[in-house]
This record gives sequence, structure tokens and C-alpha cells, in this order.
Amino acid sequence: MKKSHIIAIVVIAACIGIIIATAGDASTYVSFDQAYQMASTGNKTQIHVVGDLKKDAQGNIIGLEKSQDNLSFSFLLLDESGKEQKVYYNEPMPPDFARSEKIVVIGGYQNNTFLANKILLKCPSKYQEEKINAGV
Amino acid sequence: MHYFIGDLGHLFVIASLVTSLISAFAYWKANATSLETKDQWLINARIAFYLHSVAVLGVVISLFVIIYQHYFEYHYAYSHSSLHLPGEYMISCFWEGQEGSFLLWIFWQALIGIFLINTQRNWEAPVMVVFGLVQAFLASMILGVVIPLINIKLGSSPFILLRDAIDDPIFKLQPDFIPKDGSGLNPLLQNYWMVIHPPTLFLGFALTLPPFAFCIAGLWQKKYSEWIKPALPWALLGAAILGLGILMGGYWAYETLNFGGYWNWDPVENAVYVPWLILIASIHTMIIYKNSLTALKSSIILNIAVFVLILYSTFLTRSGILGDASVHSFTDLGLSGQLLIYMLFFTVAAIILAIIRWKEIPTSEKEASIYSREFWIFLGATTLCLMGFQVLLPTSIPVYNSFIELFGGESNLAPPADQIGFYSRFQLWFGVLVALISGTGQFFWWKRMEKEKLIKEIIPPILISLVVFAIIILIAKVYEPSYLVLTLAGVYLIVSNLKVLASVTKVNASLSGGALAHIGVGMMLIGVLFSSGYSKVVSLNNTGMLISKDLPTEFNRDNLLLFVNEPRTMAGYEIEFLGERVEPRNVNGYVSKNDIDLTLDPYKVIARKDIEFKGKKILNAKDTFEINPENTFYEIELRKNGEVAALLFPRVQINPAMGGFIASPDIKRNISRDLYTHVSLPMNREEEPEWSELEEVRVRINQQFFVNDYVAVLEDVTRIYEYEGFTFTDEDVAVKAKIKVTGERDSYYAEPVFVIKDKTQVGRISSEVNDLGVKITLLNIHPETNEFSLGLNTRQKDWVIIKAMEKPLINILWLGTGVLMVGFSMALVRRFREFKKTSS
Repeated sequence: MKKSHIIAIVVIAACIGIIIATAGDASTYVSFDQAYQMASTGNKTQIHVVGDLKKDAQGNIIGLEKSQDNLSFSFLLLDESGKEQKVYYNEPMPPDFARSEKIVVIGGYQNNTFLANKILLKCPSKYQEEKINAGV
Repeated sequence: MHYFIGDLGHLFVIASLVTSLISAFAYWKANATSLETKDQWLINARIAFYLHSVAVLGVVISLFVIIYQHYFEYHYAYSHSSLHLPGEYMISCFWEGQEGSFLLWIFWQALIGIFLINTQRNWEAPVMVVFGLVQAFLASMILGVVIPLINIKLGSSPFILLRDAIDDPIFKLQPDFIPKDGSGLNPLLQNYWMVIHPPTLFLGFALTLPPFAFCIAGLWQKKYSEWIKPALPWALLGAAILGLGILMGGYWAYETLNFGGYWNWDPVENAVYVPWLILIASIHTMIIYKNSLTALKSSIILNIAVFVLILYSTFLTRSGILGDASVHSFTDLGLSGQLLIYMLFFTVAAIILAIIRWKEIPTSEKEASIYSREFWIFLGATTLCLMGFQVLLPTSIPVYNSFIELFGGESNLAPPADQIGFYSRFQLWFGVLVALISGTGQFFWWKRMEKEKLIKEIIPPILISLVVFAIIILIAKVYEPSYLVLTLAGVYLIVSNLKVLASVTKVNASLSGGALAHIGVGMMLIGVLFSSGYSKVVSLNNTGMLISKDLPTEFNRDNLLLFVNEPRTMAGYEIEFLGERVEPRNVNGYVSKNDIDLTLDPYKVIARKDIEFKGKKILNAKDTFEINPENTFYEIELRKNGEVAALLFPRVQINPAMGGFIASPDIKRNISRDLYTHVSLPMNREEEPEWSELEEVRVRINQQFFVNDYVAVLEDVTRIYEYEGFTFTDEDVAVKAKIKVTGERDSYYAEPVFVIKDKTQVGRISSEVNDLGVKITLLNIHPETNEFSLGLNTRQKDWVIIKAMEKPLINILWLGTGVLMVGFSMALVRRFREFKKTSS
């Protein structure tokens, strides 16, 4: 066998390995129910859940709790199927958290609570002006 | 309303599109026709390209005038700048928007095109066809013209009026409405790196065009190997500039963003990292094309791949397809279709051309020996390609989702949850391979070498590497197996190339670029490994606590809560928060918020007293000075053994229009490690704090009392006739008390005011000492006893939550970058001379 063939085989094997590893490590967007099921079957992979903050009829956020020292907080998130879940985050609350429209939490279940390792916020007007500030 | 400048700019855009097409067509004809007419077509084509360049310059100037003159009737000026923006950042406004950055790209390519026209007579016609077409595609992105009949809008013009861009009711009432101020530049971009990073990056993008154009020209004109000579210096320059641009971006992120590093494996970063890797691989195959025909074919494939990947990266970052996946892609301008066509056009055209010509490209069955330079370079280039492939594949996950959804399927694939961990795990091993291959391959730098000779050459560097490696791990206490391997590989890369450098310099110093560049890479690998792998959070609260009774695990906390003037210990330092500061615009230093009086203009404040910074007087009492009211700096003192080791001023910007709160770190730089600190959460000043119940004390002048456990004394009560622009008459009684409160470090004055207006109405204006959490009100005056009633409220003292990290050996990374750039420059000079020699 020629050297180039060996190299070609190694390269192809590496590519396949990379594809498999990527597929294996890719996370998924799921609902809280699916995430819970995954966790209860012992699957510890981190998943993405997209949701909205729970709000009352007046649009005030419900269930936002900060720890005494402000170093962590928890909130109620409604996923796309409408299921409500309390989510804990071991970081101070980002100041624009309450204004965000959509929230993506990355993390997983521990017992019956959802612990987020990372939170992505989608703010309504970030980088894009929708209304003119006519007062200025 | 200034309609003229916008119309002029728009006209220039259209002109630049038309002229680029004419130029491409004329150059095409120049290739295709007989010799007599060729010159005629060439002249026409050149004129068209020069006109194109003038038009591009016209667009740039028009847009700049709009920004610089604050013509807020234009959407671009309104949404990217504001009256208070300092001059240098006006330049950043220019490329903050997508249209401006396209423009920058077009501008660079026009310059490169002019350079090529004047230096590459042999290649001019075919190369400039490619240039003309690329320029036309890019110009179409900022065209902003609706094509009649099919009603499709082509491109997004930077010259669109605000009233056409934003649907706001005010324009129905008042079509000529012009906002008085713009909404401002994203505060994150108000940084000197953002003035130079985008032009560097886009110059890098633009520089990938010449190698591609030469490659296409070579295939087209059947000059299968001749194209490499002129292409190589451009590829080297492109790799240097693109690399520099990427690293500047990393450095900016390190200094400005608060994710705690310089590289986040964000899709936008990956999208430029991958073409850069492939560009490096292509340079390597181009260097050995003379001895290896296989390298010639690989060079063709890789050159096409680089350009296609640049287009793919443009598509990823600008089409909005990344959506949730990236934190900093551009907003979607509805250009995705156009971008896709742009990418597919060049991909398909280049691939078809390559396929047609493939059989004709010279080839050989001979294999490279293990002891040849070609073999090692090949191995290295292959590794670089795999390295790029590993990043490209997961970065494209949002594309697969869109693709599947396009065909009615459903895909819920998300990027890896821990991006940094995921990519680092693979890239680390590729880094090891690259280091081992290029460390060894460099020994073959001039010729083939036999086995025995190689062993003789390679043993000393290996031994030296092992010794250096042993010393490093002893000092740095590296135990992680993968880190050990990478450290050894990095050291080997540096040592072996130092040896090569030494022998090359003896022969001809101008050939040492390659060795230097590889030393730079080795240093970067080690710098990255230590600064990232051993980055540790030092603001750790390792008490361990339950964050909820539902969660059984105890968590450490990465953040530290600091109350003003209450020292804590962290990472061997005593750390103390000294209070909130503002930064005067024209003076170096910071001023305490307690020492300023606000004025009606939020950008102007008055000093209450003489202000010193680091022992130097920077402002006089009553001086009015300019500040940026968005910015607050948190002065944090680090002490070691009682001595002040550093003063840090991490910044918080509050800008509701740009998403609220933005924290930037301050970095204490040491030779061996950086201490990196940023604010995680500031106090919310808009939220009314919880004050204690009012406590009343009766005191005389110069009598001491306690407030919030601080000693206070009523120094003085004076009658005033004016207060914050309000004048009192003789009938009114207005007095101001001056109360000195002695804090841990400083004395503060509270000056509450008591007013009786028109003999009946009583008004009280309380005064707060923010740092100490004290509010004092002058409640009443008792002339009969010479006493004054003071009302005291207290609250929690001011606080801030910070996060601090240590980044060891990060300076090796920056230093390595510098060495890499020097290496590139030397190689560039050498290849350019070579090319000059052959073409003259």
C-alpha cells in the first residue's frame, strides 16, 4: 500500500470521527418535559430550552427571586409548549434580564429543578431601533 | 433636509455597480479577442475600473459626510451615531452597520485592483475579470434599488432616509421631521480597537481575492503553475493581515467584553478562523508546488476553498441564519438570498472551471519520501484542513436546521452547550499535531535529508525541549495529561525552529521568515494553553452553599460582593471597593461621584472641590468638565502586605437603547499573569433603595452625632438665596445646613436645605451621602434653643458585585502574535522579491 493511501485512509477516518463527535456533542432544543425525561433516564447532556418569562395580565414578571446577597437568582420560565418550570442560575441576575423577550437556558435537571449553566437573552430592541425617540 | 448628499451617494453606488460590470466585461473581451483589439478593450476596461474606484470613493465620502455632519434625517447617521460621540468613533460608526462594512470591503478591493492593474500586466485581463465580478456582487449589496416588474429589492442602501427606514407615526404628521440626536454608537464599539479592527479584518478579507483571482486566471488561461508566483505574496500578506485582524478582535474582546477571555468559539469568530487556517494550508502547498505536482493540485483546491469559505463566512454572519446561536452577528437586512447567490455563483463557477481543466493539470505518480520537505508540508496542510473542518462542521449547525426546515423537515439540533470546552478539546490535539509536524518539517527547509542526518539534527532539539519542558512543568505545576502533551509539543516547536533559525541566519537571514513564524505559533500555543487552560476565577466564594433547598448540591460562587470601604481578601490580595467614579473626557483620571454636581446637561458636571487623582491635581473646584454619563467606573483597590498593588477601574455602561447594561473589565497586567476584573452586577440607581425609618436628632452647631455608625457633625447653617436655579425672595426663608460625615477613608458633606416659602409652605430637600448609605434632612429649626432637628435615614451601603480571573502567561500569546507577524513580513518580502525577479 502506498503512503498516500494510508494518509487518505487516516484523513477519512479523522473526518468520520469528527462528524460522529460533532453529532454526539451537539446539543438539542427541547421542551422541559423532554429534558426531564432525558435527565430521569440518566442522560446528563446539557440541553437548550427556549421560553418566555412568566408574566401576569399586566405584563409584570412573576416568580423572579433573587438570593439575599444578589449572587444568584431563580425565575419561572414557560417553554414553547407552555410548561412552567422554576430555573436556578448561580450568577447575579443580568440587569437587562427582566426586559428580555425570549430566553434560552442551557443546562439540565438536577432532581426536580432545572439548573441553568448559561442563559442567552434576546432583547427586543438590541442593536435595532424600532421607534424613534422623538423627544430628543 | 439634506437630500443632495444622499442622492449623490446613491448615484455613486449605482455608478460603482455599473462600472464594475463594464470593467469585467471589457476585461473579458480583452482576453477573448485578437491582439489588435485587445489593447482597445484593455484601455476601456481600465478606465471603467478607475471610474469604479472613483465612484467607490464617492460613496465612502458621501456616507462619511452624512455621519460627520450629523444628518440624522438619514437612517445610517441616526442609528449609528450621536452628537456626543467623540470624533475618533465617528470612524467606527462608518463600519458599525452592514452597509458600511460592505463598503469598506469594496474600498479595499478597489485599491488592490488598482495596484494589480499597474503591476501585473501579464495577468491583468483575466485577474481583473474576477475582480470586476466580485466588486459588482458587493456593490449590489448596498444598492438599495427595487427591480421593477419582479418587485425585488436588491441590496440595502446606506443612504436611506430615516422616514423610509422606520415606520413611525411622527412622519405622518411631520414628513420633514429630523431627530435632534442620533441613537448613538453601541458602547462596546467605542473602543480604539474597534477603530482599527474592522478595517484590518476587511483588508484581510479583500486580500484573499488576489490569490483566488490568480488561481482562476491560471486555470482559465491554462497557465497551471505560473499563477502561483504572483499569488503567493498576496496569500502571505492576506494571512498576516487576516490573522492580525482576528487577533485584534480577540484582544478587543479581552479588553472590552466580559466573558473573560479573548476567544469564545462563537460562530462569528469561527467563520473567519476556518478560512484563515485553510489560507495557511494553501500557502504551504504553494511553497512546494515546484517539486510536487500534487501540491499544485492541492493549491488550486485550497485557494478556491479559502475564497469560498470567506463568502460562506459572510453568508453566516450577515444572513441572520445564526439567529440564536451567536451573540454578535449582524442584524438581518434581508440580504440572505443575495448573499447565497453571491456565494453559490463563485463556488459553482470555480468548481466547474476546475473540473473542466482538471485532466490537463500536470500530474505525477511519484510519491514524496518521508525524508522530504514536501511530505511534511503535506502532512501539515492536511492537519490544518482537518482542524478547519472540525470547527466548520458544528458552526454550520444552524445552516443544517434551516436546510432541513426548507424541505419541510424539523430539526432541533443546537450548537454544543459548552462551546469552549467542545472546540478546545479537539483543537488542542490538532495544535499538538501542527506543532510536532511543523517542528520536524522545518529541518527539511532547504533540501532532502537522509535518515541518519535527520536523527543527528533532531536529537539536540528534542533533548533541549525535554529539559525546558521539565522546568516549565515544575514551575507551572502542569498535571493535566493533554496540557502536558501540548506544552511539550509547543516547546519542541519553538526549540527546533530556533535551531533552524540559527542555521538559516548563517546562510541568508532573509530566509528566516518561516522559522520565525513557526516560533510565533509555538509561543501562541503555549500562551493560549496557560492563559485559558489555567485561567482561574479568583473572586471565588468557596464557602459552598445551597442556592436552593430543592438543589442538594453545594455551589461555589464565582462572584464577590463588595461593600464600599469594606476590605475582603482575594487571590492573596486585600481588595476594597472605594466607590463609583466618572471619567472626565479631556483629563486623564477618575473623579468620585461624590465630588461632582450635576448640571442640566447630563454631559457636563461641576467639580465640588479640587480634585486629585493619584496624587496629582487634575481639576479645580468649580471647574465644569465633560463626562460620558453612560459610564460609571468602579474604583477597586488591591493591596498586598498593606501596600497598594493596583487600582482597577472596571466600567459599566448603561445605555437603554443598546440593551441596557454593558460591563467592561479592567486588567492589572503583570509580566507573568493578568488579573482581570469586571463588574457582574452594579447597584440599580433607578430602584428606590429601602431606607430605614426616620430617626430624629436635635443638635447644635458643632455638635457631634452618629449616623449609620459614622461620626457626623453639624458644621454650619447658612441662609441661601438661590438653589439650583431657583431664586428666593426676602419673604422666604431658605437655609442650608452643612454636615460633615466622617467615613472610613474620606469625609463627606451632606447639605440638606430647609425652605419656608410665602411664610406658610415648608419644603425640605434631603441630602444623601451615597457611599455611606446616609440621607439627612433638615427637619426643623428651633431658634429658642439654637438647635436644629435633623432627620436621619440609613440604608445598605453602596455595593458592587465583581468577578475576577487570573490569566497566566497571556503575554506569551501577544508576544507570539508579534513574532508570527514579523515572520510573515519577512516571508512576504522574500516572496515578493522572487516574484519581481521572475517578472522583470
